[in-house]
Amino acid sequence: MARRTAIVGIGQTYHCARRDDVNGQELINEAVTRALEDAGLTMKDIDAIVIGNMDHFEAINYVDGWSVDGSGAFMRPIMKLTTGGTSGMTVATAGYYHVASGFFDVVLAIGWEMNSSSDTTAAITTCCQPLIERDFFAGAIGPLAAEYTAYIKRFGATEEDAALVSVRDHNNALNNPHAHLRTRITVEDVMKSPVLCYPIKLLDMCPRSDGACALIYACEGKAEKLAPRPAWVHTIAGSRDFVYMGEPFQHEELITLERASARAYKRAGITDPLKEIDVMELYLPASTTGVKWMESLWVCGRGEAPRLIREGVFNMDGQLPVNPSGGPLATNPIGATAMIRVGEAALQIMGKAGDRQVPNVRTALATAFGSCSWSDVTILRDTKP
Amino acid sequence: MERAAIVGVGQTRYERSKEGIVAELVYEATCRALDDAGMKIGDIDSVVTVSNDFWDGRTISCMAVADAAGCYGKDASTVECDGAFGAFYGLMRVLSGYDTTLVVAHSKVSEGNPRIITNAAFDPIYERSLGLDAISASALQARAYMKKFGVTEEQCALVSVKNHRNARNNPYAHVPLDISVEDVMKSPKLADPIKVLDASPLSDGACAVIFAVESAAAKRAKKPVWVKGVSHCTDAYRLGERDLTYSIALESAARRAYQMAGITDPWRQIDVAEVYDAFSYMELMWYEGLGFCDRGQGGRLIESGKTGMAGELPVNPSGGVLSAHSVLVAGLARIAEAVLQLRGEAGKRQVAGARTALAQGINGICAQQHCVWIVSTEQ
Repeated sequence: MARRTAIVGIGQTYHCARRDDVNGQELINEAVTRALEDAGLTMKDIDAIVIGNMDHFEAINYVDGWSVDGSGAFMRPIMKLTTGGTSGMTVATAGYYHVASGFFDVVLAIGWEMNSSSDTTAAITTCCQPLIERDFFAGAIGPLAAEYTAYIKRFGATEEDAALVSVRDHNNALNNPHAHLRTRITVEDVMKSPVLCYPIKLLDMCPRSDGACALIYACEGKAEKLAPRPAWVHTIAGSRDFVYMGEPFQHEELITLERASARAYKRAGITDPLKEIDVMELYLPASTTGVKWMESLWVCGRGEAPRLIREGVFNMDGQLPVNPSGGPLATNPIGATAMIRVGEAALQIMGKAGDRQVPNVRTALATAFGSCSWSDVTILRDTKP
Repeated sequence: MERAAIVGVGQTRYERSKEGIVAELVYEATCRALDDAGMKIGDIDSVVTVSNDFWDGRTISCMAVADAAGCYGKDASTVECDGAFGAFYGLMRVLSGYDTTLVVAHSKVSEGNPRIITNAAFDPIYERSLGLDAISASALQARAYMKKFGVTEEQCALVSVKNHRNARNNPYAHVPLDISVEDVMKSPKLADPIKVLDASPLSDGACAVIFAVESAAAKRAKKPVWVKGVSHCTDAYRLGERDLTYSIALESAARRAYQMAGITDPWRQIDVAEVYDAFSYMELMWYEGLGFCDRGQGGRLIESGKTGMAGELPVNPSGGVLSAHSVLVAGLARIAEAVLQLRGEAGKRQVAGARTALAQGINGICAQQHCVWIVSTEQ
């Protein structure tokens, strides 16, 4: 069985649209150095490294080998993992398995992206089948717009409901020194921003950022010594959908998130997530998903999310704060975005989230979303599993 | 540590310009591994696919093979290194709570331009414009190694002769040949001192391996092959910062894998080895890094015939990577071949009585990274 494993160190870079002051290796090193400092460790203490990003955003092949000077992997094991938008949690999960399997005691996981090196939407469009799908698939916005349009029609949700999510996340980001976009906005600002693809407007959509995140995982026996309050990994669950857009593509629910979160709750003994989870860091690529996907996380019934959002249940002072960090709507270095969710959830457990800290967090949930509507879920607690 | 075993392996034939899309190759290898293990896809708890966006020519390349690898509804992940590294992640997952994990790697090298793809592994500002790629960089390494230790082109050619001949016994191999040292020496130069017959072919293909924990392994169709040791290690990035004539990363990975497996004398304790000979000189260098002989003695070892099929430690009975090189697949194929040897199912390439086998994967330019596996018939 798996060894008990916890997160003991988190490092994030300064995030912005273009990091012209550093190259890729230096960007990675910024996150690594901060994670090591956070855990009070040096590179000598690291047994293995896992890293991930999306190749075509920087056009560097064999990033595991290329990144050595930044990641510290010289004469150490390093492995690269990539799964699209979910990459950050895929890499974090691999960091967990490196330790849980018993092969390594202390492992460094790195997610990074320099989106400014490329045209993100052009690169992402090549994920589609080249003969049938590529010509008319125009990046990530279209499918998200389609699913929220269907949701509006079915449940009477509004564009303003999504705008409330955007306002919540953007304004939460004001408390996060690592956030890329830190501007106070109102529902009116969101509604007036240019339409990208109806009903998604500019302020409903995540930016693209340059940045990196690093996490340090340690085994039981070491974790307690490295951190006064380690964030113990209780469960990680993922689920994959079909990969062709023409296959039964779910517009009305995010079936992978439903399955992954249900599996995670079962393993973690959670029956009422709204009551039993203290904070959520969700991979919300658009504000619309912050409405619809709450149902896929089983925190409310079908069509009930708009009411909870209007009541402020997921605000910082609500029953279940969502994205105290500002989430991907504020910061989105793609290969790091999902890892930042795990890192922010860990900071909340460890009580190190500063101005964005939610009081008394004992159970935190992080999600990842990417590829063809694939989902991953991580649940952390302040107690050992 | 809980014990884990390999319970199923499957390979496609390796060929130039195979018909079908990558998903079809993955489906074929996956089905063969499942049949081999006597399993259905529903018996698989987790999946690790191996793919690389550059080699596949599409971003999030794992999407293209997810359906074929049976990922639907499952917890799946993707390693973007050689398959031997992907297999290590699969092993970790079965040792952390999943009873079974399928690892599958694919490659359609024929659809891309390997020169441009491997050039993209070099530093974009200082090195790419020099035109370096996998072959020209390996030629620099070969020349440095040969000059330092007095290894000759003929000694390198012996590797090619041995492995291409061995490949005649392997129904999956791409380039089985009965050739002489003279044939290798006369073949056209690619980048001095590497000639066409010193270089591996570009092969399309796929390979799948199924791992299971002890309790799940007992239920499977075939005798399980146990993982005794596995380790990987990375050298410096820039060629100028490395000792190209000897791989300290391989030495380190091998040392740790041997330690885990209780191997103190690799030459005596290992019965058969499948190593990643992307170029003929590499097999000689890997002999040294793996401790099969002293530093600089690789040329002498191949001359002695001791690594031939009738030798003390046969290396690459399958024909090795020189006879079938599906990039990313080749390291996983080494593991699959090791498993066939230990089960006694290697057909005409069988090494009699093999009980402990070594498999090696490499990753990056001039094998910046090495992964070493020790597998055994004994628990």
